[in-house]
Amino acid sequence: MTNHLDISNVSIEFPIPGGVYKALDNVDIKISKGEFVSLIGHSGCGKSTVLNIVAGLYQATTGGVILDGKEVNEPGPDRSVVFQNHSLLPWLTAYENVELAVNQVYKDRSKQEKKKWVEHNLELVHMTHAMHKRPNEISGGMKQRVGIARALCMEPKVLLMDEPFGALDALTRAHMQDSLMEIQARLKNTVIMITHDVDEAVLLSDRIVMMTNGPAASIGEIAEVNLPRPRNRVELAGNEEYNNIRAQVLKFLYERQTKPVESVA
Amino acid sequence: MNTRVLSTLEGFKMMQIVSLLHKSQNINWSKIPGILFNKVGIPVIAIIIFLLLWGGIASRIHTSLGQLPGPIQVWGQAMTLVAEHKAERAKEAAFYHRQEVRNNKKLALNPNAKVKIRPYTGQKTFFDQILTSIITVMTGFIFASLIAIPVGILCGLSTTIYSALNPLIQTFKPVSPLAWLPIVTIIVSAVYVSSDPMFEKSFVTSAITVTLCCMWPTMINTTVGVSTIDSNLINVSRVLRLGWFTHIRKIVLPSSIPMMFTGLRVSLGIGWMVLIAAEMLAQNPGLGKFVWDEFQNGSSNSLARIMVAVFTIGIIGFLLDFLMLTLQKAVSWDKNVTIR
Repeated sequence: MTNHLDISNVSIEFPIPGGVYKALDNVDIKISKGEFVSLIGHSGCGKSTVLNIVAGLYQATTGGVILDGKEVNEPGPDRSVVFQNHSLLPWLTAYENVELAVNQVYKDRSKQEKKKWVEHNLELVHMTHAMHKRPNEISGGMKQRVGIARALCMEPKVLLMDEPFGALDALTRAHMQDSLMEIQARLKNTVIMITHDVDEAVLLSDRIVMMTNGPAASIGEIAEVNLPRPRNRVELAGNEEYNNIRAQVLKFLYERQTKPVESVA
Repeated sequence: MNTRVLSTLEGFKMMQIVSLLHKSQNINWSKIPGILFNKVGIPVIAIIIFLLLWGGIASRIHTSLGQLPGPIQVWGQAMTLVAEHKAERAKEAAFYHRQEVRNNKKLALNPNAKVKIRPYTGQKTFFDQILTSIITVMTGFIFASLIAIPVGILCGLSTTIYSALNPLIQTFKPVSPLAWLPIVTIIVSAVYVSSDPMFEKSFVTSAITVTLCCMWPTMINTTVGVSTIDSNLINVSRVLRLGWFTHIRKIVLPSSIPMMFTGLRVSLGIGWMVLIAAEMLAQNPGLGKFVWDEFQNGSSNSLARIMVAVFTIGIIGFLLDFLMLTLQKAVSWDKNVTIR
């Protein structure tokens, strides 16, 4: 197992009035190509910080991220991000939002090729019927689909998803998860996904990284999910291994790492 | 004049009603009288009350120029100004006609004769002055926007530039046009020297004063608009590695347009107010000069004529704002937001 993406002993500190706040302490994850890894933990534990460091939006204080032998220092299209609140540009249509990314990454392709590629990616997320609509004209699930298409069209080495379905209702979320599994089976991307939905983590991941509560959050436990793919949520409901992993994650979250009191300043 | 005001206002209200009707597929006819009363009736009643109060108070005030004019006298002067305009235009047409006849006669006698074509140099009418004012304010406003928007964008993007410029902006922002004007006048006299000037000095002075006074709201609003862009959109731009120019064009400009237009509308309003003062002192042949000349003239009609100018200034200010609003609606990407 070669290390495709190496999140190596990452710690990060943020300056706060009167000192520093250590958000992450020694987070170390090795991810191989095509692997789907979920980061799970209570809110405020620094999951998003890990993702932002991999994306290059934050710089680790100590340690670093190495992708295919190269250190990550800045954001780039080889690590595209699906943001929690979709972050589509509201003044552009779905097509134009994806096109912006395509134009940026494939500058040397012809107009026709670019057009085809934009449409191909929108088709992948089943959005061709509404591709000339603006974000405020489509539903939350559809916006997130466009967000995924925008991330996929860059053909990233690693797809980073920050609670991609967190803002969706349960039915739409299930639908999106199925879509994501289907896309994942076709494209075999390396994915890091942040979630606080246990079922989502077990259903989608090859590995679940459970994080302890901050400050100085680190990795608490790692669970391997060796369920065969394609996975079906209905069939899995009675599966023993599925339920064992689910129980393991739940125990970690609600027994070992109970949610910290909210009033912490 | 006043009925003209009324009819313009009613025109706008009617337009709103018509668009309301267009929007709703099934028209509820029983609601029409209610809407009509709210949109037209109430404003008309308010204006009538205003005119009655004005007339009542005016008849009790006696000035050195006679009794303070009421709505009827002002309306009369408005008609006089229209008549004077028409008379002046007729004189101008007659002048050109005489000149042409004279020149044609000359050419008929001797085809090689030198004919002189002189421009008409008659008095500027009230309507010429309105036009001058509008051209001057627009020139000043456009220059102000061309400076303010780029500077505002830079201030919004870079905290360094903001810290550098903010003290200057805050210092110059509250300066009255009356303080700028002498400086501008002297500088224009010194720098703008030409034997055949394209623009009158008074025009240049007035326009620059407008520019100096009205660029601040646009600058400050653009700064705020740019600095408050959704951080997620900035992250999108960083992940896509958008170039500086693409970042400005695709992300910064569209997201700061609402704030920018708020600034532009305030700016144009200020510019229009400033212009009248600037024209008075710079003697730019616009509405400001009209008011000043009438004030100096001091005839029994002067007060009424100045009041006509006051209403004209107000209505044009209102129309300029309406123009900006229409422009904002045209460029706004979010057609669902009600812009007012």
